[in-house]
Amino acid sequence: MAPIKVYGWVVSPWMARVLVCLEEAGVEYEVVPMSRSGGDHRRPEHLARNPFGEIPVLEDGDLTLYQSRAIARYIFRKYKPEFLGLGEGGSLEESAMVDVWLEVEAHQHEPAVKPVLLHCIINKFTGQDRDQGVVDESVGKLEKLFEVYEARLAGSKYLAGDRLSVADLSHFSSMRYFMATEYAGVVDAYPRVKAWWEALLARPSVKKVMAGMPPDFGFGSGNIP
Amino acid sequence: MAPMKVYGWLVSPWMAKVLLCLEEAGVDYQVVPLSLSDGDHRRPEHLARNPFGQIPVLEDGDLTLYQSHAIARYILGKHKPELLGLGEGGGVEESAMVDMWLEVEPHQYEAAMKPIVWHCIVHQHVGLDRDQAVVDECVRKLKRVLEVYEARLSSAAGSGSPGPSRYIAGGGRVSLADLSHLPLMHYFAATEYAGVLDAYPRVRAWWEALRARPSVKKVMAAMPTDFGFGSGSSP
Repeated sequence: MAPIKVYGWVVSPWMARVLVCLEEAGVEYEVVPMSRSGGDHRRPEHLARNPFGEIPVLEDGDLTLYQSRAIARYIFRKYKPEFLGLGEGGSLEESAMVDVWLEVEAHQHEPAVKPVLLHCIINKFTGQDRDQGVVDESVGKLEKLFEVYEARLAGSKYLAGDRLSVADLSHFSSMRYFMATEYAGVVDAYPRVKAWWEALLARPSVKKVMAGMPPDFGFGSGNIP
Repeated sequence: MAPMKVYGWLVSPWMAKVLLCLEEAGVDYQVVPLSLSDGDHRRPEHLARNPFGQIPVLEDGDLTLYQSHAIARYILGKHKPELLGLGEGGGVEESAMVDMWLEVEPHQYEAAMKPIVWHCIVHQHVGLDRDQAVVDECVRKLKRVLEVYEARLSSAAGSGSPGPSRYIAGGGRVSLADLSHLPLMHYFAATEYAGVLDAYPRVRAWWEALRARPSVKKVMAAMPTDFGFGSGSSP
């Protein structure tokens, strides 16, 4: 069985999301590194894999998939359905909660975190100004979000219930960079969120993938993606 | 069995996605109308259902769900898994393609189309300016996205079926991935940019075929293309 291939640059939060899922699923895979600054994602051979010209892309035999959360769902449906709230001990209701919190991550969490990463980390290296107004607004949104998460985690160990799921894991890759900014202290006001984050960090899958994610996206060491 | 309840306003594209699923699944449901202008979604009784203060929200017995795609997956997982690429004749690969296009929809299609609809239809009614630079940029992005959709709908259906794919996830069957595009398209087609679709005949044909579905006709009938502002029935 040929190993699964994943195309992209490992510092990308969307790439890292997929790699954490592959690690948790315990399947063999091979990273095919691409260069963002070299424009590999816009070349014809990549557009043949993903016509939107983005990464990550997963190849598993004849199947080619893009969009990191769709890839994550595929990996777990095929190899570890418990992480979708299905399989052994799972149920439609549990999987519905996993779906809710995966959507929350995509549509509430990521939009709040992304501008902070852009303005506080990336812009320094790309010569763009930091817009403090945007940063303040985003941090404010994230604090409101964490209030909800804090209340949620009072009732269950993880976001979707008492079992770890793709919804929790999906947060890791963008949070990793947020927690490297000067705003990391924001989580101190939310002790259950902080404990949840630290539990994610302690997972072997997360440690392994994080090793490829320098807090400055590689800009400082000249290893620009 | 008590019918499922759906809280929200009918003109919302995200509310419409959920209603389309309920109609396609053929299940009994009840709409509980909320008022956006009265701030119903920010009242304590709604925050108890959805702490993010948004609609739609679905109640099915003891289960309360929010986020339209999560609700959609639940309804279809329970009553019509074929629309998720699962169930009879489905499988991991087909459901993966449905999942992929269900992600493309908000991240590529909605990202380009929603600002056009909001600036051209909504803003004038809510005291916001139309920013033509935003509209122009989004029209440019939308054209690139529609090029990809046109190519997709021109390529083989897969599963051995001859001819181009009538549905966005391939596999020869309609899915949630197709349905999720419809509500926003309904509004976009009422803007001055509707003609953009002329350059993408397979996309137009896909839209026309889908809007002929009984479920779509029924749900869209409750969605005036000015979001109700013209008739004084704004959400």
